[in-house]
Amino acid sequence: MTPLLSVQEISKSYGTHIGCADVSFDLYPGEVMGIVGESGSGKSTLLNCLAGHIAPDFGRVVFDTRIDGPKDTVTMSEPERRMLGRTDWAFVHQHARDGLRMGVSAGGNVGERLMAVGERHYGDIRHKAADWLDRVEIDTDRIDDRPTTFSGGMQQRLQIARNLVTGPRLVFMDEPTGGLDVSVQARLLDLLRGLVRDMGLSAIIVTHDLAVVRLLADRLMVMKSGHVVEAGLTDQVLDDPQHAYSQLLVSSVLQV
Amino acid sequence: MIDLKDVSKTFTLHNQGSAVIEVISNVSFSVAAGECVALTGASGAGKSTLMRMIYGNYLTQSGAIRIGDLDVVTAQPRDIIALRREVLGYVSQFLRVVPRVPTLEVVADPLRALGVPAEDAHRRAMDLLTLLNIPEHLWTLSPTTFSGGEQQRVNIARGFAHSYPALLLDEPTASLDAANRDIVLQLIETAKARGAAIIGIFHDEAARARICDREIDVSLFAPKVAA
Repeated sequence: MTPLLSVQEISKSYGTHIGCADVSFDLYPGEVMGIVGESGSGKSTLLNCLAGHIAPDFGRVVFDTRIDGPKDTVTMSEPERRMLGRTDWAFVHQHARDGLRMGVSAGGNVGERLMAVGERHYGDIRHKAADWLDRVEIDTDRIDDRPTTFSGGMQQRLQIARNLVTGPRLVFMDEPTGGLDVSVQARLLDLLRGLVRDMGLSAIIVTHDLAVVRLLADRLMVMKSGHVVEAGLTDQVLDDPQHAYSQLLVSSVLQV
Repeated sequence: MIDLKDVSKTFTLHNQGSAVIEVISNVSFSVAAGECVALTGASGAGKSTLMRMIYGNYLTQSGAIRIGDLDVVTAQPRDIIALRREVLGYVSQFLRVVPRVPTLEVVADPLRALGVPAEDAHRRAMDLLTLLNIPEHLWTLSPTTFSGGEQQRVNIARGFAHSYPALLLDEPTASLDAANRDIVLQLIETAKARGAAIIGIFHDEAARARICDREIDVSLFAPKVAA
């Protein structure tokens, strides 16, 4: 089987400071990988390198495109990478405001991504937007309201609807449940899990919340100071961590 | 079906003075299809550790653990995930679920993951929940608020939803009343009869006598303390 995403020796430094160094892994279709580590460990830098938001200094990010097969997204042309960002890739930001257009209605936010891939029939677009609002449990009566009138949890769900409406194959998530209260988190996690299974999505989730990765991720990578210190099956890394830092991370979680 | 060869396990606690704890060493045994083997030994002997190693939950330092054609010790994460989905079931003492997910979905989930249509998976889940005496009005609720015994039965229903060729059972009958205990033992007998290889930990001696073909004393694998 061809990996959906093959990351090879990705490195990025900011001057003399290391962002992330020599990260390699393969992600297969339907797999969800979690990346954990304390703040400053380089997990967001890595995610942004993978998603094409920042250019890595070194390394390749090979994505199995629908038409041309495996292709290095670091060296591909900007329009090509942007097209990928609108179709097969999705990016869920930690702050919904970064991933939404706050001045446009909820329906418009979802519809915009559909129009970006060529949909033009207003009725169809509105119908699909309403369907997705329903799937992320936003009352369809709110379709014409702006996201500024939504709660934080609703904004986050709207951002997910906007991202998934075009049927991407790979979703990047940066702290998708960060800053939400626990009851909203649970709901969002349940939703994400269902979507991942039903749509056969692959996902890379950056978080510092170990409970989130246990529920969502099949595999886990632990990062410290820009390096991957441990990687493996999620429950194995959490229940039997091998590296000193992973042990510290797991044992530092407060029991409820 | 399950074959262990020279398996050893140590824990290294880096943050507690790099203490190295040797748990078990040189474990070798195998379990054939249709056979049920009990792990015995005092608390702390390493029964659950061994079981978790077979499940791939704990990392094994040396040796080989073969389940079918796959060696869990050297397998890639995605191979272990596939193994757990299709071949190897595990019923632990504790239920761990996503909050808010209804009991019926929790039980049907292993089948849904295998691609069984929702309707068939739900039917199987309903049959199991009925068999295990979980009242129907609880099926739409999340099991997080259930009593200990109810959670345990939901866990068992989930573990038996798919007919796994190999099963690991960690105290499946603990905290169950006599009637439910009998139903669980019948489920295990049925699994055995269809050819499942089963490894179990049972503190309940009568249960062990009824369903297990052999016993393996895990304390025999304890590392020899240097004199």
